[in-house]
Amino acid sequence: MAAKSKAAAAKPGKAGASGAKGGQGAGKAAAASAKNAFSAFSPEEELSAYHDMLLIRRFEERAGQLYGMGLIGGFCHLYIGQEAVVVGMQMAAGEGDSVLTSYRDHGHMLACGMDAKGVMAELTGRQSGYSKGKGGSMHMFSREKNFYGGHGIVAAQVPLGTGLAFANKYRGTDRVCLTYFGEGAVNQGQVYESFNMASLWSLPVVYIIENNRYAMGTAVARAAAKAEEIYNRGSVYGIPGEQVDGMDVRAVHAAGVRAIAHCRAGKGPYILEMMTYRYRGHSMSDPAKYRSKDEVQRMRAEHDPIEQARQRIVEAGHASEDELKAIDKKIRAIVTEAAEFAQSSPEPAPSELWTDVVR
Amino acid sequence: MATEILMPALSPTMEQGKLAKWHVKEGDSVASGDVIAEIETDKATMEVEAVDEGVVSRILVAEGTENVKVNTPIAEIAGEGEDTAAVPQAPVAAPAAPAAPAIVRAEAARPVEPVSDAEVPEGTQMEEMTVREALRAAMAEEMRRDGDVFLMGEEVAQYQGAYKISQGLLDEFGAQRVIDTPITEHGFTGLAVGAAFGGLKPIVEFMTFNFAMQAIDHIINSAAKTLYMSGGQMGAQIVFRGASGAAARVGAQHSQDYGAWYSQIPGLKVVQPYSAADAKGLLKSAIRDPNPVVFLENEILYGRTFQVPKIDDWLVPIGKARIARPGRDATIVSWGIGMTYAEKAAEQLAAEGIEAEIIDLRTLRPMDTETIIASVKKTGRVVVVEEGWPQCSVSTEVAMRVMEHAFDWLDAPPVRVTGKDVPMPYAANLEKLAQPSVEEVVEAVRRVRYV
Repeated sequence: MAAKSKAAAAKPGKAGASGAKGGQGAGKAAAASAKNAFSAFSPEEELSAYHDMLLIRRFEERAGQLYGMGLIGGFCHLYIGQEAVVVGMQMAAGEGDSVLTSYRDHGHMLACGMDAKGVMAELTGRQSGYSKGKGGSMHMFSREKNFYGGHGIVAAQVPLGTGLAFANKYRGTDRVCLTYFGEGAVNQGQVYESFNMASLWSLPVVYIIENNRYAMGTAVARAAAKAEEIYNRGSVYGIPGEQVDGMDVRAVHAAGVRAIAHCRAGKGPYILEMMTYRYRGHSMSDPAKYRSKDEVQRMRAEHDPIEQARQRIVEAGHASEDELKAIDKKIRAIVTEAAEFAQSSPEPAPSELWTDVVR
Repeated sequence: MATEILMPALSPTMEQGKLAKWHVKEGDSVASGDVIAEIETDKATMEVEAVDEGVVSRILVAEGTENVKVNTPIAEIAGEGEDTAAVPQAPVAAPAAPAAPAIVRAEAARPVEPVSDAEVPEGTQMEEMTVREALRAAMAEEMRRDGDVFLMGEEVAQYQGAYKISQGLLDEFGAQRVIDTPITEHGFTGLAVGAAFGGLKPIVEFMTFNFAMQAIDHIINSAAKTLYMSGGQMGAQIVFRGASGAAARVGAQHSQDYGAWYSQIPGLKVVQPYSAADAKGLLKSAIRDPNPVVFLENEILYGRTFQVPKIDDWLVPIGKARIARPGRDATIVSWGIGMTYAEKAAEQLAAEGIEAEIIDLRTLRPMDTETIIASVKKTGRVVVVEEGWPQCSVSTEVAMRVMEHAFDWLDAPPVRVTGKDVPMPYAANLEKLAQPSVEEVVEAVRRVRYV
């Protein structure tokens, strides 16, 4: 099955060994661009996406701050820079569609509608966190919101998500599972075991590869053969794949709509490679010396998903600067409230040590 | 010179089988590779090919004969020019006449292991069943009961199970619920755990647990830990089952017992049954249990016959040991195939006047410490028998619990009889040496008795 390609807008300038691979796919991109073109968002969509992305940004900034204060422990992987991916996808998803992802999961939880207070309280390890403080940053779940984790083992969520899709099909529903993973995970064997079964059994799963260019400190081209064509990794299994500008929430949304419709129609799995970028280190303890400040700066200045949305909103007159400031203020209040809640909420009772081992 | 055709073994553990069909008759010419007969055991059917050219001079075992021992001559093939007419002899019909020396007579009945179980109400009718049949019945009953239960694994559907545990299930439940997987343990185990997150109740069959090492991340990190990591919001109702431990002559990579490995993991339940009654009752309980259950079977035991209570919905509770043989002089704790050594040893010891009490642990996690301790307080002596390796073994754990809870009642230090601390060798003699033996168990009991 022919893989479709879309222009990779998220190209770091001089990204060391990884380089910018968008150019190689330019021919294909041009051919495919008409088909993959996306229409403008409605004013409501623009503002909704702006709000949701900004909430994640501010939440993550505050999480980073709390980490620095010693209130959040262990590993803490921030989603800053990648917000358009999960927000665009979740706008395309429907009621009852399930989501799971890796340990870089705070943004996904917020985009699934989970409460910022409960997420932040889990980060601080408190009783009112989503996992009663027993999961932490990497292990949070909400059955109510169909968010199935939060998985700390690279690529483990890929067969798990394929299994959720299996359950959907077994039950005869048309629900789809959105399985997110990084470009570092695509080299794991279980990803291909999953691709094989998903295609063999036509399972309704969208594989969303968030290509933020670095698997911890390893640039994608140092770890992945044909790094410029990761969207194509399912082609031998007959899984269509697209490369998407993951810094433009409209492009993400449009691709998400296509992929989810494909799955809902019973046509099997679909791969979306989201070209994105994380501004922060892999985790809070990573100084990110493997890339230049210049590269990060250029991405922030030229491709920031939130700034792009803000400019479009202002230029189109969907909202005034004042109205945007009001949104920002509202979000800051949500995040401040979450941070306060997360600090004032009690630690789990010692008796919680022994609960939830078996049921 | 005539060549003897011997009853072949279909698997490393096959001891006897049925000569189902002859495709040739005396006087027929055969060439190398011609199919001359079909043989079957309770788990497989296979064609027997001629290995040489010639004429079938004698058929020694008649079609339809049951329980023909491996390596029994079943026919003779005469080479070119040999006088085949010189040896006319009618094949002996089944059931075999006692006069026919070449025929191993069908045994009157399959050996039936006794079962003594306080859980079985007085007067309950019993039926003979192999462990294999018991496991199949358990799955079929639970699949009839609950549409969310399904079976997946390698060769479970069309092939009817590599060890024929799933025989007939595809016919009854269809391909939607009896699912052949590709050979990708890591992937299909993760997929099954994901399906369990989604509310289904998968039974994952590992052809053997040796291959589950490829999948152990999902068994432990994804299945066992999620309930805790989610603060009780979601877990996985799933059974991982298959053969664990040594079969026969399959070497180091196919002979490991995983009881100790999985029983270390909080969030898992680990069951390792011995009898068919327990295999059935515990598997049904495992399928209904809301937690991930590792269900360790044994290839050698699949064909063993036991008495199984003829009760609708026979359930054996997880976490409850069984006193398999009462006694006063020493406690032998074992489970799974370890019970075969324990029972034979107890019989020998009884002849010497030592009455050993045997506890069949049945579940390794949660461990029924109470039953062990009650017995040790009575006998003052304990021997633990398992096929797995000694270091960090389940035996070690049992011995430690005895010391923690019954130290003052002990009249001798606990003794472990385990598999030897080596990878399983292939050579028949070494393989035997690597496993526990009845003699070692007898000796261990004598040791704790100071005799």
